[in-house]
Amino acid sequence: MDKVLEVSHLSKVFGKGCVNCFEHTGPEHNTNICPYCGSIVAAHDVSFDLYKGEILGIMGESGSGKSTAVKNLFFDQEPSSGKAVFYDGDKQYDLFALNAAQKRHLRNHRFGMVYQNPVLGLNFNVSAGGNIAERLLMSNLSNYQVIRDRAMELLKRTEVLTERMDELPKNFSGGMQQRVQIAKALAINPPLLFLDEVTTGLDLSVQAAILDLILEIRQEMDTAMIIVTHDLGVIRLLASRTIVMKYGRVIEAGITDQILEDPQHAYTQRLVASAL
Amino acid sequence: MTIDPVLKVEGFSKTFTLHEQNKLIPSSSNVNLDVFSGRLTALIGPTGSGKSSVLKGIYRTYLPSSGRIAYRSTNGNTVDLAKADEHQILNLRKQEIGFVTQFLRVLPRQSTEDVVATPLYMQGISRAEAREQARDILDKLKLPERLWGISPATFSGGEKQRVNLARGLLSKPRLLLLDEPTASLDPQTTELVIGLINDLKCEGVAILAIFHHPDVVERLADNVVKLSPPVGTESFFEEKAS
Repeated sequence: MDKVLEVSHLSKVFGKGCVNCFEHTGPEHNTNICPYCGSIVAAHDVSFDLYKGEILGIMGESGSGKSTAVKNLFFDQEPSSGKAVFYDGDKQYDLFALNAAQKRHLRNHRFGMVYQNPVLGLNFNVSAGGNIAERLLMSNLSNYQVIRDRAMELLKRTEVLTERMDELPKNFSGGMQQRVQIAKALAINPPLLFLDEVTTGLDLSVQAAILDLILEIRQEMDTAMIIVTHDLGVIRLLASRTIVMKYGRVIEAGITDQILEDPQHAYTQRLVASAL
Repeated sequence: MTIDPVLKVEGFSKTFTLHEQNKLIPSSSNVNLDVFSGRLTALIGPTGSGKSSVLKGIYRTYLPSSGRIAYRSTNGNTVDLAKADEHQILNLRKQEIGFVTQFLRVLPRQSTEDVVATPLYMQGISRAEAREQARDILDKLKLPERLWGISPATFSGGEKQRVNLARGLLSKPRLLLLDEPTASLDPQTTELVIGLINDLKCEGVAILAIFHHPDVVERLADNVVKLSPPVGTESFFEEKAS
């Protein structure tokens, strides 16, 4: 089995930080705000690995640090400490030690990201097809027809009406915007895809279709994915392994059906028991 | 000459720690059993004796509290399933260990054919070949052909259970765990399933099973392990300072 990503001891603190920050925050203190300096410990000591074709779920309530982990890996934020290695064929990248150009290279050519809010992932001033073309242009495709065909293929794959590919995504429904975002993220066939609350706020039938789509893509392309969600149903359907976070810490990690049927931590037990 | 079992469970126990209720709930205690290639070991015992917990512990849906679950894999290595790393467990599930539960969980848009063939896709078998095999077993289980192309989400209990079984039996695992596979089936289908399980035994699959009906146990089991409910059904653990 090929390892795609190895994250060790990732920490992210907002604020100046002090020597007491880590010791006085976390689930046992019921806070992620340091009582001494007021800094926010968004994530601390987060470690996990990810293999090719695997979907890892990161589950937790708002403010648990689940998105922070992903934002750091996608270079939307800079971690305070920790290490993450991305394995790409025979190459490997020490993610947090790269320069800006190398980071841009990975973001543009090797990683895909789908945000909860399509505004973050899409350019609303450019047509749906144009959004995908942007991404393809970055990966050195330049023939107009080739790009248009590929964009069409991606939109078909993600079940966006291709007649609407020249329209602005701001005129699309939320579910459709999300599909365009997924098409855009997949344009370059990334070996690693981040999905941050991609189905939150969508109606149930649209949610189901998007979850199906994600699974089909994993099966077709063997993409490794990290899916951040507070929705147990999403975790159950998609993730083979899951980590549970609270107040910036990983409180539990394991095979998904074990986390859901035999949760060990009091918080996870409460979470699972309160699911509909 | 003695034959080594494919699976040897020694001193398996499972106790749930319920933090909210401040309780320890034992569900299985000190279970010992062997499962051999081409043989079926049946777990029997009253409700609450922890039969399903043993299967789930082996499959690692439950984290065993103690004991050793020695699984002899295809390559001859022995793995303690109670302690093996998650990736190793997931890989064994994909390649060697199958589990048919009483419930089928499916994606709303997947066709029955695909649901059944998915484990084969995962093993790297081509789609055409996998679908062919899926249709074959669905036919054997007498699931009407008109249903193959649609999702099992709307099927009756018995139809769903047939899909579930088809999926579990098709991948011909080295070790197969069966939790009441005939529970919601009519007598004719039960006969079919008994036949299929017998076929798997002939092909050398090691099977550990729970059956609802004693006569099915009698017809299929090569040995029987009787479980009794763990004693001291619940006990409070020390009050935590909170």
